Amino acid sequence: MKRTSAPTVPPEEAPDGEPLLVVDDLHVEFVTRQGVVKAVNGVSYSLNPGETLAVLGESGSGKSVTAQAIMGILDSPPARVPRGEIRFWGTNLLALPEEARTRVRGRRIAMIFQDALSALNPVFTVGDQIGEMFRVHRGASRRDATKKAIELMDRVRIPAARQRVHDYPHQFSGGMRQRIMIAMSIALDPQVLIADEPTTALDVTVQAQIMELLGELRRESEMGLILITHDLGVVADVADKIAVMYGGRIVENALVHDIYRRPAHPYTKGLLASIPRVDQKGRELYAIKGMPPNLLDMPTGCAFHPRCSYRQDDCVVEAPPLYEIGPTRAGACHHWREVLDGSRG
Amino acid sequence: MSDTLVPAGGKTGRPKHGKPRRGTRRAKAPKDASLWGDAWYDLRRRPLFVGASFLITVLVVMAVFPSLFTSVNPFDARSCELADARLGMSEAHWFGTDNLGCDIYARTVHGARNSIVVGLATTVVTALVGGLLGLFAGFRGGALDTLLSRITEIFFAIPSILGALLILAVFRTGNVWTVMLALAVLTWPMTYRIMRAAVITAKNQDYVLAARALGASAWRIMFRHILPNAIASVIVVATINLGYFIAAEAGLSFLGVGLRSPDISWGLMISDARERFLEAPWALLFPALFLSLTVLAFIMLGDAVRDALDPKLR
Amino acid sequence: MGRYILRRLIQAIPVLLGATLLIYAIVFALPGDPIAALAGEKRMDPDIVAILRERYHLNDPFLVQYWYYIVGLFGGDFGTTYAGVGVGEIMAGKFQVTINLAATALAMEAVIGVGLGLYAALRQGRAGDSTILASTLVLISVPTLVTGFVLQLLLGVKLKQAGIDLFPVAGVTEGWRGYLLPGFVLAGTSIAYLTRLTRNSLVEIMRADYIRTAVAKGLPRKRIVGRHALRNALIPLVTYLGADLGALMGGAVITETIFNLPGIGQQLFSSVYLREQPVVVGIVTVLVLIYILANLVVDLLYAVLDPRIRYE
Repeated sequence: MKRTSAPTVPPEEAPDGEPLLVVDDLHVEFVTRQGVVKAVNGVSYSLNPGETLAVLGESGSGKSVTAQAIMGILDSPPARVPRGEIRFWGTNLLALPEEARTRVRGRRIAMIFQDALSALNPVFTVGDQIGEMFRVHRGASRRDATKKAIELMDRVRIPAARQRVHDYPHQFSGGMRQRIMIAMSIALDPQVLIADEPTTALDVTVQAQIMELLGELRRESEMGLILITHDLGVVADVADKIAVMYGGRIVENALVHDIYRRPAHPYTKGLLASIPRVDQKGRELYAIKGMPPNLLDMPTGCAFHPRCSYRQDDCVVEAPPLYEIGPTRAGACHHWREVLDGSRG
Repeated sequence: MSDTLVPAGGKTGRPKHGKPRRGTRRAKAPKDASLWGDAWYDLRRRPLFVGASFLITVLVVMAVFPSLFTSVNPFDARSCELADARLGMSEAHWFGTDNLGCDIYARTVHGARNSIVVGLATTVVTALVGGLLGLFAGFRGGALDTLLSRITEIFFAIPSILGALLILAVFRTGNVWTVMLALAVLTWPMTYRIMRAAVITAKNQDYVLAARALGASAWRIMFRHILPNAIASVIVVATINLGYFIAAEAGLSFLGVGLRSPDISWGLMISDARERFLEAPWALLFPALFLSLTVLAFIMLGDAVRDALDPKLR
Repeated sequence: MGRYILRRLIQAIPVLLGATLLIYAIVFALPGDPIAALAGEKRMDPDIVAILRERYHLNDPFLVQYWYYIVGLFGGDFGTTYAGVGVGEIMAGKFQVTINLAATALAMEAVIGVGLGLYAALRQGRAGDSTILASTLVLISVPTLVTGFVLQLLLGVKLKQAGIDLFPVAGVTEGWRGYLLPGFVLAGTSIAYLTRLTRNSLVEIMRADYIRTAVAKGLPRKRIVGRHALRNALIPLVTYLGADLGALMGGAVITETIFNLPGIGQQLFSSVYLREQPVVVGIVTVLVLIYILANLVVDLLYAVLDPRIRYE
């Protein structure tokens, strides 16, 4: 773990050997009336330019909180970060003063959210909201900003952009709105785009379109993409590598085809088994038994053990670290060899 | 879907995809987590509620048993000594005396009863009338709803103090019941509107649809399913209105159309003290103080109740 | 848009008729004889009484009298008092005073209320916010009745005694300055409500998803609160201000009494006492009209403020 430099704004170009974005042993807690909620418990992942990292997990797994910590948009109180670093081109974002973080936000690291209708301001036109990026960050005039907004709307394939730039968010369909969000986020050519469940609220066909768009955009630039989702189906085409999260931790880390072909963690295995398959019609749907852990009251040892069919005594006692399984794989299960073999479960 | 418990800028956990609500089990929560159970649990811990309740209890005791607070009976003509008019605060007269030489403290204490009775009675009447009508209108809709909406619009268009003034002029006498009636007649549209809106929202919820599908009768749906959910907003408004009614009664008595002599009302006391205000300010200020404290107590109560019942703040 | 306005105006007619009918009925039910009241202590010549009663249709049944009134009303004629003075004239002067008062109050409450609310929202959870919340609570609770006297004493009389004649305490003899103190008193409760409303609306809006997006866009905080949030908060604020106009004009009666302003509240009072039916009904009719118009303006403003609402 490298010690980072003094807090300054991150450099514009990659220092040698540094990945684009590194989340290093991040811990995030929320102080609530009922106690301290440990939402993120030692999460580490990294992203290189042009890469797509998919972060998979159910609600409560900590995937969104990690992303919000990267952006610096957590409400602090009640959130706090007791440990960990988030390094952008080597600079620890968490150590930066708020003004510096504001300058990174939107310009270097951008984020899009799940529900585009509520995520867009209903009283301003889409042209205004997209153009705002240019007016605020680049000092552009209103007219130039609108021109740029039209360009961006074209780029994300919104038909009749010139006419529609003066429309309001509620006048667009769900898929179109998500495109507008995407347009807003890539306006200033950020180096990292975080997409938090961008397609969950959309129809399946529109989902595919949006994922295709994201893939295209990522190919055009050297932008790194972090895709947060709970839907394994969406991930296969777009992602290069996958990090599976459970109970605030990463439980498996691998390249895409490794995860799908031979998962090394019982939870991943369960997720894969739960995907409804057309060729298995008529059979009962599989669901992982049990419930996600209560973050106020985590089980001892491995957080997944109450629901795990590979469970043994050591699982209850000792929380498994992220075992290195291969050069590009890691899994947080004491019995990962058995899971890989598929001998049980 | 956001997986935070205390999301930074997002909606709180309404479960999508059938996943249960995350980890909001409290360390020492009541077993039965209903809206009312939670609300009570919450209320007990709010200083605003505790303070307001204490104040209200004192005032209610003062209203019911004024003799606990003062031995002087202001209704007895002999307790007023004209020669002692407009004296300042002293051992004998804690708040001083008024124009007729009566003890202000005793009169203030006794005035609590009328204020509280008017406030309470008006609140109850408006809540019942407005609430029931709103329940039916919201649930049934149709002609009744349209008719009532028009009628309430008429009432809304008339400013309440002026309307009350007129109604009281019709009655010729001013006592607790006429004042209550005048205020209730003009204010029931407010509770009506709130109940109606809450009922319409509740009516469209899935659980009502489910109840219907299970064959529940209209009455059962109305009273067992919709009412408990709609009544929260009415309770909040009613509690806050209580304070308003007390102030309104004082205002009307001040203008001379509310309570009259020999009834004691803080508003009346203020009106009496008005002319010689500069010489004897305490004759006006003490009833004013009590009036303000009473209204404050009820509004604080209403505030606390609203915060406790507000599902968004849970 | 034009059709919408027309439709609303037409819908307003039954309300207007209903209100006037109601008030007419109430005044009709008032005990006492207006003609006798006219004479005061003296007894009038019975012939004159008969003539007057004929002229004012006082012998006709209720609905007939009402009919005459409505017909006159739609012709723009508010009728005359039983003494023959034009009601319209009487009302004009009094309404002027009350409107001035209400307008002053409305302006004050808009500026002070929204300003304080904005301040409190920006300092949410900290000392400034708590202070403002607490003091507005107190201000709401202290009835106008009380604030009127207290402020009159403190700012009017005591200051004057100290030589600073900033706030005249009674009457409208001194031009617009005479409205400052009563305007503030009248606005008092509303300022408190508006401050809380602004603050609460802003706080709630700040939790919205689109604010999170604005933060994620790297926008400065001032812009987020002052532009993105405030613009959305305007809707409940405008609603409140619109509704308050009517309330202010009605509630002005107490303030007018305290500060001796010859407004409609006072006029209504004395007219009720004298059983001056035309005046009473006339005043209430105009008030209802103002209420209806204010509502209409607010609704139209909605369409401007919230693009999701558009009327055909």
